[in-house]
Amino acid sequence: MKKGTKRICSLVLLVLIALLLFWLEANKSGQGMLISILQKSAILAIVAVSMNLLNGFTGLFSLGQAGFMSIGAYITAILTIPVVNLDGVYYMNGVAPWVRALKEGMEAGPSWLQSVYPFLALIVGGLVAAGFAALIGIPVLRLKSDYLAIATLGFSEIIRAIFSSPQMDTITNGSYGLNKVPTFPKFFGLPSLFTPFIIAGVTIALMVLLINSSYGRAFKAIREDEVAAEAMGISLFRHKELSFVVSSFFTAISGGLLAMFMRSIEAKTFSIALTYDILLIVVIGGIGSVSGSVLSAFLVTASKEWWLRFFDQPLTIGGWQVPLFRTGFRMVIFSILLMAVVLFYRRGIMGNSEFSWDGVARLPGRIKGWFSRKRPAHEAAGGDGI
Amino acid sequence: MSLTTILQHCLTGISLGGAYALIAIGYTMVYGILRLINFAHGDIFMMAGYFMIFAMASFPWQVAIPLVIVGTIVMGVVIERVAYKPLRTAPRMSIMISAIGVSYLLQNLATYLFTAIPRGYPEIPFLKKIFHIGALSASLVTFLTPVLTILLVIFLMLLIKKTKVGMAMRAVSKDFETSQLMGIKINNIISATFVIGSALAAVGSILYFTDRMSVTPFSGTLPGLKCFVAAVFGGIGSIPGAVVGGFVIGIAETLLVAMGYSTFSDAFTFLLLIVMLLFRPTGLFGEKSTDKV
Repeated sequence: MKKGTKRICSLVLLVLIALLLFWLEANKSGQGMLISILQKSAILAIVAVSMNLLNGFTGLFSLGQAGFMSIGAYITAILTIPVVNLDGVYYMNGVAPWVRALKEGMEAGPSWLQSVYPFLALIVGGLVAAGFAALIGIPVLRLKSDYLAIATLGFSEIIRAIFSSPQMDTITNGSYGLNKVPTFPKFFGLPSLFTPFIIAGVTIALMVLLINSSYGRAFKAIREDEVAAEAMGISLFRHKELSFVVSSFFTAISGGLLAMFMRSIEAKTFSIALTYDILLIVVIGGIGSVSGSVLSAFLVTASKEWWLRFFDQPLTIGGWQVPLFRTGFRMVIFSILLMAVVLFYRRGIMGNSEFSWDGVARLPGRIKGWFSRKRPAHEAAGGDGI
Repeated sequence: MSLTTILQHCLTGISLGGAYALIAIGYTMVYGILRLINFAHGDIFMMAGYFMIFAMASFPWQVAIPLVIVGTIVMGVVIERVAYKPLRTAPRMSIMISAIGVSYLLQNLATYLFTAIPRGYPEIPFLKKIFHIGALSASLVTFLTPVLTILLVIFLMLLIKKTKVGMAMRAVSKDFETSQLMGIKINNIISATFVIGSALAAVGSILYFTDRMSVTPFSGTLPGLKCFVAAVFGGIGSIPGAVVGGFVIGIAETLLVAMGYSTFSDAFTFLLLIVMLLFRPTGLFGEKSTDKV
């Protein structure tokens, strides 16, 4: 396909997405379900891509995502809850005086600054998580695969334990969690509905730039062979640390967005199950493919929250009660799906290749190929690498 | 705190530690042979809890306990055959994801089949009988757990040191490929490892849940992770190490809860893991291994 055609295709796609968003904005009341699913998908896409940056591109199997998300979520929530609501939120234990003073100081600021606060809160959350990641990266990144996984999982549990501990009651509201978090802010004049999508687009684009830079190539070298990469003059620790810090930064931003999306958070939200959910997205999308993670974030969220909802309701077809269909069946299907992908289709949707218009153009041929059971010539000759 | 209270807490801790030790052995043996954290082990332990509930509903405990142990063994071996065996040659990350997948599946399956509401654990009357030693008082299960743990470990050590299967296990954990060349049937040995691990998890589950009174689909996650930490603490691959690790974590956790830091008791376990990995990555009794290029 010619370069010009590709550019036109990408442009058309962007325009279509923008049109879809404007249409959703116009039909906000009727399409609440669709909007919330798309927003949640966009938020999960950020964290899936940042997990992929670590697991898929640098080869560091980290399971600490939920912990970093909780850092972002709590900081964003604390910074954005309006002062008027403070007493209502912290009704059990009261709020720490310095938090109140800080927030009153923030609300006294000029109004142009106030409209930027939510974004600043997201970035502050990201920076705190990144700083934290830099600190724990020093000891943890020396560990090898399984130990790294369990150590990051442990850190995520420690963070959760600290947030829900009674000693933090006046800051994080302990086990009661925080509520009355304001929803997404307006994005410089654009309606608030657009915000998660724009932030997701920007953050994912930044990560793609990083992956395509010389740093990204160093990450891939480390993934393929640590010893060889080190022999080539790549500083293992510096690159692992960079990947870990960047990934944590974006994970925390998505955590902050999640707090704005859910309007209320509690420490329980950020348990190990959340990390597993993100892992499911990454594995189904293909470990080592950014577009795969994005695509699968939308597909998995949509099927989980919408398309496959019917698994959880009892179903009767023509007087015959379908067995098995009741609460919880959906998640069983998802876990079986995860196992099936790992066991039989390890590439996931995209393998480690990226979305390209050439690939889309080949798609009809490939689908035909599945039915005629004869592989098309260009795919057999290489196609997309595995 | 008076001495009696401290001793009382220590007793509870030792009992908890015994159950942890039994689970930790499962981790350490599987890791020793497959180099895989069996993330599903904690959930196998949880499922054994549910098996016990259903077995006790229709049988007396003398029949129910063997049934539970057999059921758990079957589950463990089936999991190995279905989820881990096809991935022997796959990259490490795939097999770990598969293990996480099994854990996710077992949790969701338990939520689906038994709902997330805690289920009461059946009482075995003679285990709950209260005994007094001086000023200390505890139920029989508290005294029984450490004794049973030590007995099982001695039996297991004999099995590994003296029998042919045990020798094969040691060989496989030293060098996978060479032992295959020596005519050891790898798959049988791995299955045997899962048989032992699951049986001990079942015993551990009976002892653990008799004290806790209820089972939920998620009650296996944290004990599972803690027992892995216990295995790392003692030196992965070493059975006495796992036992010591189990007792240390059990006692430390109980004492922390007693001092009023219950929210930090989980965090402490992971802190212990990280400190251990930093200063002595091979654990207390672990052997040093060198990576060759």
